[in-house]
Amino acid sequence: MQTLRSPMEVAFEGREGLRKIVICTGTGCIANGALEVKEAFQRELAAAGFATVEHFTQLGQLKGGDDSAYLSKSGCQGFCQMGPLVSIQPEDILYTKVKASDVKAIVERTLKAGELIPELLYANPVNKTRCRSQHEIPFYKSQTRFVLKQCGDLDPESLQEYLAIGGYQAAKRCWTELTAEDVCKEMLDSGLRGRGGGGFPTGRKWELTRVQPEPKKYVICNGDEGDPGAFMDRSVMEGNPHSVIEGMMIAARGIGADEGYVYVRAEYPLAVKRVRQACADAREAGLLGDDAFGTGRRFDVQVMEGAGAFVCGEETALMGSIEGERGMPSPKPPFPAQSGLWAKPTVINNVETLATVPLIMAMGAKVFRGMGTGTSPGTKTFALSGHVLNTGLIEVPFGLTLRDVVHGIGGGVTNRQGKLDAKGFKAVQIGGPSGGCLTQEHLDLPLDFDSLRSIGAMVGSGGLVVMNHGTCMVAIARYFMKFTQQESCGKCVLCREGTKQMLLLLEDIVEGRGSLETLDMLQELGTAVQRGSLCGLGKTAPNPVLSTLRQFRAEYLAHVVEKRCPTGECKALAKPEIAAERCKGCGLCMKKCPVGAISGELRKPHSIDDALCIKCGACAQACRFEAVVGV
Amino acid sequence: MPTVQLRKFEKVCDIIDRHGRQAAKLIPILQEVQEEYRYLPEEVMTFVAMSLGLSPAKVFGVASFYAHFALQPKGKYVIRLCDGTACHVKGSEPILGALYERLGLSPQRATSDDLLFTIETVSCLGACGLAPVLLVNDKVYGQVSVQQALGIVDELVKKEGAHADA
Repeated sequence: MQTLRSPMEVAFEGREGLRKIVICTGTGCIANGALEVKEAFQRELAAAGFATVEHFTQLGQLKGGDDSAYLSKSGCQGFCQMGPLVSIQPEDILYTKVKASDVKAIVERTLKAGELIPELLYANPVNKTRCRSQHEIPFYKSQTRFVLKQCGDLDPESLQEYLAIGGYQAAKRCWTELTAEDVCKEMLDSGLRGRGGGGFPTGRKWELTRVQPEPKKYVICNGDEGDPGAFMDRSVMEGNPHSVIEGMMIAARGIGADEGYVYVRAEYPLAVKRVRQACADAREAGLLGDDAFGTGRRFDVQVMEGAGAFVCGEETALMGSIEGERGMPSPKPPFPAQSGLWAKPTVINNVETLATVPLIMAMGAKVFRGMGTGTSPGTKTFALSGHVLNTGLIEVPFGLTLRDVVHGIGGGVTNRQGKLDAKGFKAVQIGGPSGGCLTQEHLDLPLDFDSLRSIGAMVGSGGLVVMNHGTCMVAIARYFMKFTQQESCGKCVLCREGTKQMLLLLEDIVEGRGSLETLDMLQELGTAVQRGSLCGLGKTAPNPVLSTLRQFRAEYLAHVVEKRCPTGECKALAKPEIAAERCKGCGLCMKKCPVGAISGELRKPHSIDDALCIKCGACAQACRFEAVVGV
Repeated sequence: MPTVQLRKFEKVCDIIDRHGRQAAKLIPILQEVQEEYRYLPEEVMTFVAMSLGLSPAKVFGVASFYAHFALQPKGKYVIRLCDGTACHVKGSEPILGALYERLGLSPQRATSDDLLFTIETVSCLGACGLAPVLLVNDKVYGQVSVQQALGIVDELVKKEGAHADA
């Protein structure tokens, strides 16, 4: 069994005293100013007399010593809300929310004097203790970072660093020592299932393609991550692009392909840039091209940027898009394994799946099976967002419960003001527009392919959006419907027209025109759309509606029977009121009300005049005691 | 002005040549053409179609299918508000409403008459940890409030106003 070395180990080898400073340059940290922080480090390190290099290949220029530094960057470390993140090795210090103006202090106090700067350490919001490193932060502590591990350590733009930690070794072994059958068998044995949504066994997909007699075959990496609320594929492509290419090379060896495509979503410009660069570097190093690993066999990869169509995440539509057509799905069978791109046998795998492949090949199928559950081995990344304390990209073994994720890693549910609320949990939306909702009763459900499917939800792409009691489930269902309706390609009548009608019905409900009959029609139409659509988009489009109808029927009933939105989110149904027991009579809402609808004496409960109120919600936003309800 | 016309198509010819005049490369070709013009003018699409041996209807069909292709000119500043799930539950809708109001635009009229601003929503930018997210051209703003969003726009309006006055 081979294991990958850590980038840290490689950098410090024979260089006593060297410091490695890693700045996270994922999209999130860049938005928060990571590039300015990096510039500040360049300036301050030079001013303090440090011998600094910024690329792995220049490390040889450093001899080590207390005044030498390797200023490196990494892909997304997952904890985007605390960015920019800066870690210092070998001390293992993680500084959060670093500003360019903090850098001088970091260089002088931490690097030179060896002391910690407590203000920059992450503060555990529960007990206010400061956490020195990743290992002490609850957000990271309960995770198993496996596929994402190197995203946070490695310089994504350095092929040399990837090679130095043992990258491309697994692909090399597959190309030079193993037969195609061996490769497919190892994948089958590992039990790896596709991370893109369906959970189809990857090994079986490869084997089906391998046995096709046609000599020309393709490998496609599906990086068209369109689900709103999911961004793991973006992080992997930005943070460790070579792992994806290595995964594709192994797939190519397994099925006998000589050409591959990476299809990246247009909204991810940084991912496009990094994958393109990685391909060019790998080609230059002779890994890709006419003579892969000196075997005389060819494999090369092209990068194609999507053009903004959600349906292209569906494999047949994606292949249409590569061929220069409108991205419309076609019926299966024939499956891509039999007739895919340009009608040739094609393996199409998701980014995360492919990034897992080299790790499995390095550690062996047996060890891999040791993680996760029997039918869902390995780990899964989830994009945790919404009303939780800690949002970001997480990775956990399959089988962890929802409670561990929401309350453990997520740190608990938050209220409208962003404060912890122990009783705030209402639901988790999993799997984006094709998934469903999990509620209180599912908190102890293990998260894996089969147990989620058993309750009508799915892992999907791995978006986990936590919602508190202030979120209206009907409005959420309408939100997803609006999304799928816009993204329906129009091929199947039931998907094209059905989603439009479902959206209109949901709009009737949130605007107070709904009746019990509306709910029945929604149910009937939803079932029809599921049955009458060709591809995954249409088949799963009604899921958010049907699942909320089942689990939050009372909320729908309140909308259609009482014409009331229990959360107050549906403005057309709003009836703002001031809860007398919570109102302190501070008068703030009175001042904020644009139409003068609020009256009351100082220090006594105020009230709202329905006739004047325009339901704008300014009072509820202004109130510091959550006394305004129903808006 | 015939010289201007000629030069215009020269660029397009370059792009088509770089892709080996292959009809299968239609999407990358249109992407590069759009980068050049900021949208896809009708006559350019017709030119592309003829050069690749396709019908103009086919090219128009592909261009109109993908959200990324603009058939109308866009503003100098394209403001894209993320309406992904995370941004949505963290309140992207009020921000969108406020931006439309401030710039006098609407979903039907997304670009201002002076071609300075275009407001769009995108389904997810994949920066959910920073929800709600706003993008002005390529610059990402995370965890924005209504006030901040309006501040960003006001700043741009002021900057452009200063240019116009100068």
